Amino acid sequence: MKNRMILKISALGQNEGFARSAVAAFAAPLNPTIDELSDVKTAVSEAVTNCVVHAYKGEESAENYITITCEAEEETGVLHIEVADTGCGIENVEKALQPFFTTSKSAERSGMGFTIIQTFTDGCEVVSEKGGGTVVKMKKKFGKKAGDNAE
Amino acid sequence: MKVSALKKDGELHFYFDGELDEHAARITRREMDAFIDENASAEKAVFHLTNITFMDSTGIGFFIGRYKKLAAYSIPAYFTDVGSEADKVLSLSGVYTVVPKLPPEKRRQERENRADAYQSNGGRKA
Repeated sequence: MKNRMILKISALGQNEGFARSAVAAFAAPLNPTIDELSDVKTAVSEAVTNCVVHAYKGEESAENYITITCEAEEETGVLHIEVADTGCGIENVEKALQPFFTTSKSAERSGMGFTIIQTFTDGCEVVSEKGGGTVVKMKKKFGKKAGDNAE
Repeated sequence: MKVSALKKDGELHFYFDGELDEHAARITRREMDAFIDENASAEKAVFHLTNITFMDSTGIGFFIGRYKKLAAYSIPAYFTDVGSEADKVLSLSGVYTVVPKLPPEKRRQERENRADAYQSNGGRKA
């Protein structure tokens, strides 16, 4: 059976904790380990922070929205998460995915957000267009056994 | 997130408690920097991460920022009691090459106590 959640929140810094906790609570019926849940929270936090800081350029307006869509597959133990914004978009996605790449060096950004998402999930895709917003699609498989990554 | 700062024997100790994300870092950064400015003659700084319950990549930039601030005053910085969640993120960034990890505080204190006892015993083992 599938289960869905669609969460629309303002792109405000104070919602970062709420967003990751909400996704973690939604994922709980899939019986993740504490480590797996921690990975999901970190990945969601990275994607949501990108929306607050980069997509809407730190504007902090309640009118800027982030839409988080989750789908849980009970049979396979897979959680799909999409974090979407309608902000400025990414000019060069390939470049943005590189470790330590950041467009705002002065603000103590590490440029490791997408690298952490890629490391902590089992699949990540970034769809973006300059001026047309960004969607970060992530997948996390719970209860993974050794060798499950081999395809 | 809460950060308690104290100066002890010429060392600055920062105790972190809670979730370190972009929102929390924004609030904490200014307070920590002010404490560092007030204690520019310190010999070293230690970040105690025992009670950090969550950290994302903001933490990497945050600690590198404080490392740079301390380095401007020639104060070396160290981590201690790094929990597994923070460790996973920090390890990935390579930040330990500039801000190394000290042994957990409890073990360090036991070792220092043993060394003190050894000295007060005229060099004989306590």
